[in-house]
Amino acid sequence: MHKQLETLYSEATATLAPLKEKPLTPKDRMAIPAQEMPTQDPHVRCHNMTEVALGYSAEQARVESMRCLQCKTAPCISGCPVGIRIPDFLKAAAEGRFDEAVGIIRENSLLPAVCGRVCPQETQCQAPCTLGKALKNPELAVSIGRVERYVADLQRESGKQEVPAIKPARGKRVAVIGSGPASVTVAADVRREGHEVVMFEAFHKPGGVLVYGIPEFRLPKAIVQKEIDTLTAMGVKLETNFVVGRTRKIKDLMEQDGFDAVFVGTGAGLPKFMNIPGENLVGVFSANEYLTRSNLMKAYDSARSHTPMYQAKRVAVLGGGNVAMDAARTALRLGAEEVHLIYRRTEKEMPARIEEVAHAKEEGVQFHLLQNAVRILGDENDCVKQIECLRYELGEPDASGRRSPVEIKGSEFLMDIDSVIVAIGNGSNPLISQTTSGLTVNKWGNIIVDETGLSSLPGIYAGGDIVLGAATVILAMGEGRRAAASINSYLAK
Amino acid sequence: MYKIVSKKQLSAEVFRMELEAPLIARERKPGQFIILQIDNDVGERIPLTIADADPEKGTITIIFQTVGRTTHVLADKQVGDGVPALLGPLGQPTHIAKVGHVVCVGGGIGVAPMHPIAQAMKAAGNKVTIIMGARNKSLLVMEEEMRKIADELIIVTDDGSAGRKALVTVPLKELCEQTPKPDMAVIIGPPIMMKFGAETTRPYGVPTVVSLNTIMIDGTGMCGGCRVTVGGKTKFVCVDGPEFDGHQVDFDNMMKRLRAYKVREEVDHNDHHCRIGLA
Repeated sequence: MHKQLETLYSEATATLAPLKEKPLTPKDRMAIPAQEMPTQDPHVRCHNMTEVALGYSAEQARVESMRCLQCKTAPCISGCPVGIRIPDFLKAAAEGRFDEAVGIIRENSLLPAVCGRVCPQETQCQAPCTLGKALKNPELAVSIGRVERYVADLQRESGKQEVPAIKPARGKRVAVIGSGPASVTVAADVRREGHEVVMFEAFHKPGGVLVYGIPEFRLPKAIVQKEIDTLTAMGVKLETNFVVGRTRKIKDLMEQDGFDAVFVGTGAGLPKFMNIPGENLVGVFSANEYLTRSNLMKAYDSARSHTPMYQAKRVAVLGGGNVAMDAARTALRLGAEEVHLIYRRTEKEMPARIEEVAHAKEEGVQFHLLQNAVRILGDENDCVKQIECLRYELGEPDASGRRSPVEIKGSEFLMDIDSVIVAIGNGSNPLISQTTSGLTVNKWGNIIVDETGLSSLPGIYAGGDIVLGAATVILAMGEGRRAAASINSYLAK
Repeated sequence: MYKIVSKKQLSAEVFRMELEAPLIARERKPGQFIILQIDNDVGERIPLTIADADPEKGTITIIFQTVGRTTHVLADKQVGDGVPALLGPLGQPTHIAKVGHVVCVGGGIGVAPMHPIAQAMKAAGNKVTIIMGARNKSLLVMEEEMRKIADELIIVTDDGSAGRKALVTVPLKELCEQTPKPDMAVIIGPPIMMKFGAETTRPYGVPTVVSLNTIMIDGTGMCGGCRVTVGGKTKFVCVDGPEFDGHQVDFDNMMKRLRAYKVREEVDHNDHHCRIGLA
C-alpha cells in the first residue's frame, strides 16, 4: 500500500528540518529514507487520463538529493547518455538552489521535464549509483529522475524557463525532419548557433512520439507543448502537415529550397505485427494506432474528439515493453473490464521499466508470462472473439546469455477476448530512404551514419530511432546533440 | 490554413472543392491522395482522393460525398474558409505505361480519382474506354472531363436515369468478351463494386488494378490501421498502395474492417461517456 501524498509531503518536511542544521556525513546520508513518489490511487487513476505520478514536494526533492553521497567517482554521469553533471545538480537541489540545479541539467539536456518522467533511470544513471551499491539494493539508489522532474517542473510552472540566446544570423538554413526528441534537440542546438531552422512534421501537431505515443497519464502534453513553444520563441519555424519524401523530397529541399544541411529524425514508425492468422480481423490494432487514436487524436475525450475508439471489454496486449504497458493501461482507462498482457518470456526479461510494470499491475492489468499468441479467431463479422496462445518454458541460455523461451508442445489454449493490441516493436519507416537515392540503410532500414551523425550523403545527418532502431527519448536526444554539433561545424566551414 | 477557392454542389450529397495547396499541387501524381482534418485539435484524419490539380494556380480539387462528421462539416464550409490540416500527396503513384487498351471503371465518386489516371493513361498513348456508373443521373460526376479523355465513354445507372440501366460489370464483361480483349482494367469505386469488377475481369485474365480507400490515421505507414490482405500478405494501403492487383485483394475482410466503428458507435456511445472520468 502506498502512502498518500499528504503523508509523504509532511514526513519529508519533518525529515528535512534536522538535516538542514548540520553537515552530513556519508553515514547520515545513507540513513535518510528514500523518498517515495506520490501517485494517484490505482483504483481512481485507472479511470482517468491525468498524470499518475504527482511529483515531489520541495522538501522531498531536497531530502532525496541529500541522499547523494557526492562520491568522487560519480558513476551516474557515465550512466547518463548525455553526461549530465548529476552530483552537482543534486548538491544544488539539496541546498534548495533549484534554479541552479535545473541550469546544470540544461547544460546537457534540453528536455528535463520529459526525461525526468520517461527516462529509464534505473538502467542508466541510477544503475551504477554508489548509494544503491552501498545499501545493496539498486532500487534504493538516489531517485535522480524524480529530482530532475521536480526542478524542471518548478522552473516551467514559475515561468522562469528562459528562451536561450541566439547568435547572430549566419545565412545558413537547416531542415529538421520530424519533431520528436532527436529533432527538437537538433533544432535548438543548431538555432542557437544562429542558423535558420525549419522543422518539418507530418502530423498536424509537433512532438513526435512524445505526443502520439506516450500517454497523457505518463507525460502531460502541455509539457511537450511548452518545449515546442520555446523552440518557436527561439525562431525555429515549424511546418506541420508536411511529409518529407512526399510533399517535398530531401534533394529538392537542398537543391531548390536553399537548405544547406538536413537532419533526419523520423523515428521508428513502422509497426511490427506477429504474422499470425487472424491479425487483420476487426479489433486488432498496432500499439501505434491504438495509442495515436487515444493520445494524438484525443479519442479518450469522446465528448469532443471526432476520432472513434474501438469499444472492447476484454483486451489482449501482446508484448512486454513500455509501449505494451502504455497500451494496456490506456485500454483500462478507455473502459476495458479485463486487460491481459501476454509476454513470451518472464518478467525479468521484460524491456519495460520496473515502475511501468508495477503501475500496470496496481491498476489491474493481468500478466500472462511465458505465453505467446499463435492465432486470433473471429466471429461471422470478422470481429475478434478469441485468442489462441501457447505456453513456453525457459530453455538453455542463448548466445546473448539470456535463457530463451521454448514452446511447450500441445499446450495451446483459448482465451475469450474482443480486441488485440500488438506491441512488439517498430521498424524504421522507409519513406525517406525510398525517396532519397544514395542514402544508405542497413538491413533493418536504419540509416547508417558515421560517428558524427553524417549519413552516406553530404550535408544529410540522422539520429534517434531512425538510426538506433526503437530506443529511448534520452538516447535520441544524445544522438541529436552529436548530430547538431556536427552540423554546426559543417556549416562553419 | 488551406483556403477553399471554389465550391460546387454536384448533387444532394456530393461536393466539388478546390483548395489552395501549392506544394501538393506541384508534387501530386495520378493515384495519390491526401489526408484532411477539419479541426486541428479534435478533428479526425480522413483520406480523400485528388480529382485534379493545377500546379500554376497552386490548387487541388477534391470531390467528396457527405458520409461522416468531417465530410458534413467540410460541405458546410464556404469559399474563403480554410481547412486547418491537409497532408499529401500520399501513396504510390499509379504505374502509367502504354499497354494498349485500358478500361477505366469509375463508380460514384470513384470517378474523381479515376480522372487523373485516365488522363495519364491517355497521354501515355493508350486507347481509353471509360465506364462511369452511379445510382442515378444526379450522382454522376465529372462527365464532361471524362468525355474529353475517353475514346469511348459508357454511362450506366442503377435506375436508368442516364445511359444504360445496368451495373458497371455488365459493359465491363462485354468489353472482356471482345476480341482483342482489353489489356488492362482500372476500377475505382465502392468496395463492393471493385470486388465484383475484379471478379468480372478475372476469368478473362485481364490485369485489374483497384484503388482502395480504407480507415487511416497518419497516412505515412505509422499506424497500420489501413492494412489489407493482398495475395495472403498484409499490405498498408497508405504506403504500399492505394492501388493493388484487384484479383489478389481480400475485399470481404476489407469491407468488414471498414465497418469497424459503424457497428459499435451507437451501442457503446452511452457506456463510453460514463466510463471515462475526465478530470
